[in-house]
Parts: sequence; C-alpha cells; structure tokens
Amino acid sequence: MSHTPDFNTRVAAALANPTLKVAIERTTGTARTKRAAAMAAWPEFPAARALGRDIKDHVIENLAHYLVEFEKNAVAAGTKVHWARSGEEACQIVVDICRKAKAKSVTRAKSMLGEEIGLPHALEAAGLERVETDLAEHIIQLAGDPPSHIVWPALHKTREQVAELFRAHHRDPGAMATVEAMVASARRQLREKFMAADVGISGANFLIADTGAVCTVTNEGNAELTTTPPRIHIVTAGIEKLVPSTAHAMAMLRLLVRSATGAELTQYTTFHNGPKRAEDRDGPDEFHVVLVDAGRTRMLNEGLAEMLRCIRCGACLNHCVVYRQIGGHAYGATYPGPMGSVLTPVLDGLEQAQDLPRACTLNGQCQEVCPVAIPLPTLLRGWREKSWQRGFEPATVRWALVLWRFMAMRPRLYEFAGNLGLRIMPLFSRGGWISRMPMAGGWTAHRDMPSPSGGTFLAQYRRRFKK
Amino acid sequence: MTLEIRPAENSLPHVALFATCLVNAMRPAVGFAALALLEQAGCRVDVPQAQTCCGQPALNSGDTEGTRQIARRNIEMLEPFDHVVVPSGSCAATIRLHYPELLAQDPAWAARARNLAARTHELLSYLADIRGWLPEGISLEASATYHDSCSGLRELGVKAQPRKLLAAVKDLTLRKLEGEETCCGFGGTFCVKYPAISNAIVDEKAVAVEASGAALLLGGDLGCLLNMAGKLHRRGADVRAFHAAEILAGMGDAPAIGEIP
Repeated sequence: MSHTPDFNTRVAAALANPTLKVAIERTTGTARTKRAAAMAAWPEFPAARALGRDIKDHVIENLAHYLVEFEKNAVAAGTKVHWARSGEEACQIVVDICRKAKAKSVTRAKSMLGEEIGLPHALEAAGLERVETDLAEHIIQLAGDPPSHIVWPALHKTREQVAELFRAHHRDPGAMATVEAMVASARRQLREKFMAADVGISGANFLIADTGAVCTVTNEGNAELTTTPPRIHIVTAGIEKLVPSTAHAMAMLRLLVRSATGAELTQYTTFHNGPKRAEDRDGPDEFHVVLVDAGRTRMLNEGLAEMLRCIRCGACLNHCVVYRQIGGHAYGATYPGPMGSVLTPVLDGLEQAQDLPRACTLNGQCQEVCPVAIPLPTLLRGWREKSWQRGFEPATVRWALVLWRFMAMRPRLYEFAGNLGLRIMPLFSRGGWISRMPMAGGWTAHRDMPSPSGGTFLAQYRRRFKK
Repeated sequence: MTLEIRPAENSLPHVALFATCLVNAMRPAVGFAALALLEQAGCRVDVPQAQTCCGQPALNSGDTEGTRQIARRNIEMLEPFDHVVVPSGSCAATIRLHYPELLAQDPAWAARARNLAARTHELLSYLADIRGWLPEGISLEASATYHDSCSGLRELGVKAQPRKLLAAVKDLTLRKLEGEETCCGFGGTFCVKYPAISNAIVDEKAVAVEASGAALLLGGDLGCLLNMAGKLHRRGADVRAFHAAEILAGMGDAPAIGEIP
C-alpha cells in the first residue's frame, strides 16, 4: 500500500480528469445501448439467464469431477495439462515452457487471468519479448498502462489519445485521420510479430470438459494469429471456466456476447483442441493448458461460490454508477467495477481492498444486468460484514454507528437526540437551506441540506392528536 | 354485560405507519401525507411512538449483529399490527427482505421475521396493489418527473404503482426522466463516506432532472429526494421536490423540500 496512492486519492485524480469521463461514457454508453437493444429483441433472456446460472452452479458444485474429465479428454487430444495453485506457480509454469523451447518472442491474446496472475510482468522479467496483440492491449502496452476494463482494456483512452500514441510509437503511422487508418497502422506494426513469435499465449472463455477443448471469443482475429503460427500455444485459464459440453458453452456464449457488446456472436469463436495433428495444415507443435486456482477454491469455502459464475462480460461495469464516474484505474486492482469489488478482496486481501466493497450505493443494477444472476450487492455486503468484524471501518464512522445503534434501541433517547439536532440545524440555515454545517461536510461540500422545522414527525403527531 | 359492536371499524386493516428516520426528522409532512392516504384507503392507522430506525445504516455498514438487535426490537413492536406501511422503498425492503435473511438461523425469531416481512409494504405499492386505491378529487396543475429509487424498484418491484397513482391526479403531467432507473448517488451512508463519487453521480442526475423540463421532481424515498433536491438547489435550479405521497394527499401547494413555510 505504501507506494500506491490510496483509494480516495485515485478517485480524486479520476474525477478531476474530464477526458477520462468522456472516454468512459463513449464506450460504456454504447455498450449499454447495444445491450439494451439485444435484450429487447431476446424475450428468452430470463430463461437463458436461469439456465446459465444453473450450468455454472452445477459445474462449481462438481468442480473436481469436471476438472478430471477435462484433463482426461485434453490429454487424449495431445494437450499437456498443468495445475497451478497460485498465480506465481502459473507464471513459473509458463516461463519454464518458454525457456525449454528457447523462445525469444511471445505473442499474447487478451486474457484477464493473465493480468490477474501478473503474467505480462513475469514474461518480461524472464527476458522474453512480449507482444500484446489485442488492439486495446496493444494500446495500453504502448502507454504502459494497466487495463481499465475487463472487455475494453484501453477504454480510458480516447481515440484522439490513441492516435497520438500510435504516431509516437508506430514505424509507419500514416495520417491517423480515421479509426480505419489507425487500425491499419496497428496491423502493419503487429503482423510480422505474429509470424515471428515462438510462443502464443491466450486465455479461455470456456474449458469444455467432455472434449478437452478450449473456447475463445474475440472480435479481431488476433487470438487466432496468436495461437496458430507459433510452435507452442499456451492457455492459462481459471478453473471456473469449465462447462460440461460444447452445447453448454453455446448456452453461455449467447449470454456472454449479448451482455458484453449486444452482438449475437463475436467475429471469431474458436475451439482449440490439442496440438497440430498429422493431417492438419497448421497449428502449434505443443499445446499446453495451465489450470489456475489462485484463490478460487478458497472462494468456495468463504461464501463466494456464486462469484465463480462470472463469465467476465463487463455488463456490471458498464452499468455501475461508480465505475462510470471513476473508471477502472481508481479501483487499483486487476478487476474493476462491481465484480472486481467482490474479487479483489480475495486476490489482494480485504484490508488493502476494504474501500472497494464500501464504495458502492448497493443500487442493485449490476445484479439486474448480470447474465448469470450473481447477487453482487449481497456479496459486497458480505465483505462489509467481514470488514466490520475485523475492525477495518475508520474509527469515527465506527463509533458514530455504534452510538447511533445504541440510541436506536432506546426510543426516548433517540427522540431526544433527534430533537436536539433539529433545534441546532436551523441555526445554520439561510433561506430554508443549509450550505455549511459542522460535521456535515460530506453532504454540504457538494449539495445543500433543507433545514428542518417544527420538530419530529412523532412529536408533531402527538401534538396534533393530543396523545 | 354490554357488547361493543364496531363491525366496520374491526374489518379495517390495522396498519402501523413506520415513518422512517428521515421523514421523522427532515420532512414530517410525508408522514402526515402517508397517514391521510392510508386512512383514505380504508385503514385504521397507528403511529407506534417507540419507533426509531429500521437498521439500514448498520446493515449496509456490515454491523450485522447490531442490525439483528434492531430487527428483533422492531419485530416485537410491529407484529401486533395487520400491516406495516413505510413511505420508503429501502426501509421497507430492509424489513421485508433483510430481516428474514438476518434472522434465518435464529430459531426463536426466524418465523416471526418472515411473518412480519410478508405483512410489510412500501406505501405507494401498498395503496395501489393491496388496497386498490386511487386518488379522487385531487388536482395539481404542474409538470412533474419521477425518479425510481433503487431499493423500491429492484428489491420490491415498485415501478408502475406510483405512476398509476399520479396519473389519477388531475392536471398533473408526468414527463420522462432520462435514466429514471439510474441511482442518484445517495446510497445511505455512501454519500458521506465517499462524497466526491456521490457528488459526481448526483450531478449527472440533476442535469437529467433539469433537462426533463419538469417543474416538480417526485420520488418515493426521502433520502434520494434530499440528495437530488440539495444538488438541484446548489446548482441554482428551480425544480421543486416532493415525496409522491404529498402530491397524492393534495399537499402539492405546500412548501417543497427546502422551501420556507
């Protein structure tokens, strides 16, 4: 914590950045509009959502069974399956595979798990050239930024800022007058890297237990170019990505893509199953799948099993009033927004992440749009309960609440204190409104408070009805 | 021996009006409006004098054991009534949804919590759905816009009821609020724990309220209304804010939130 600014400092920086607000609203606004249109045209959504929830719950309840089945079928297809208890273990496995293959250059397709376990850093620390091939990941690699959204990692950059970045870093940037010209420049920049890479690393949207296949969805085709030309393809995947069969993956895909972008399908939906076979024209010589726990089995035992349903669609971020104001970086974690505020205390520890579950209005829109019906507000309340029990709440807030609760149990005291407050407040009033008052700065810094008059409702009621 | 025969009186539901902390302290008019509406809708209403708070600040701050203490106390106080009616979606939801969850593992209280929960209602949905009541002879020549407070909307399904009731107020036109289902940034203790974020959210809401062109801002939760009205006033907007119950009770010509009587 010591070297990173605290949550409120990051929030203040984000709120003071009007360009960031424009960037967030452009992308999340479009995403909300498109999702709403997709849902309006899909009357089966509630049933599909219940099915998606049930599929994930079934897999999570039978995780050991499906993990073993996946491994058996993947191995039969020629895949090498690795098991990692932690993020560090997973990174070590990937680095070891690269070293054994004497790899120099690694291409990577976007994977939030990779970000979670610190794989980009581990690859560079091992002396490998890391090339991010997802357009947005390419942008943030050039900028040296972490992702700010789980679907659009460069959401915090406006297209104007991206043009500037490409002009500074690309070999042959051209005019950068249109989005098409910018994409063409990135394509020129990345094409030879794709072909020269020794190892391609991707994530997984679904691990299909009964075939041993790995399913990825992308819109740019970069995952296919990352995983096909290199000699070695490595998949890193969280163990919660399992589904029983391809049919189940399809049921989840319908929910994932509509919730994320409003489209029915992504441009590319690819199933990778084992290395290149004798009759295949292309494909990797080695195909590795690294199954990563990194806190997931712990979540099962900590009342967070429902969070393992998450398919990383980003809908909860796009609809979150807090995310929309502060953006992803203010969360100071791999996963921002409502889903991130549930996951980050698992990954980084509650003490460090305590602000995240608290910085939420519990308005419930995240749960409403979640395609697998994760009760995010309930899970966030669960973290607040643990924070309270462990004494993380700032002392002033804690004592104010304890004092208030003491009075709430004693109606006469409660009313006495209430009436006292109501007699003091009008002293600060001007024209019916209070715009500054001691101990109310949190409210009056930004808005006025109507001045109460005439005593409490209970007192007025007694007077009026002479009780 | 004399028998007291009061058939009409006895057949009326005996309702406890749980006013909520904010109404009690900041806007007693909402309590009197609720009282009048419930009586018009054929209820025998009492205002239990020992009422304090539903416990929501403790619940949302993670003080679960503290909330349980308050819940048990409120159950004891409110269970003699046929119904408990609350002029707030979030306070009603605390009793209706969260008390049973909080006390589910407590053999002495679980059934009592569930029983009270089933008989606890948010005011506007109670009037429209349970009492089948509509305002009669109320008119207000004004344009209004309506903000759906989150707990009422998503935890209790309060959406159509306030609009149905307000549509029966003569000469009142309801204008659509862009983002009417988007949180206003109040969030109970959230607005003072994270004032800068809350401010950014409510500022956006105030812009939308102003853009609606309505003269009145209505809602069913005083917390959200105080937040929005306070921001509108700070911005210098002349939108006047009322709890919907006040309009339905014909109190729309009284001072709005923040106006001096």
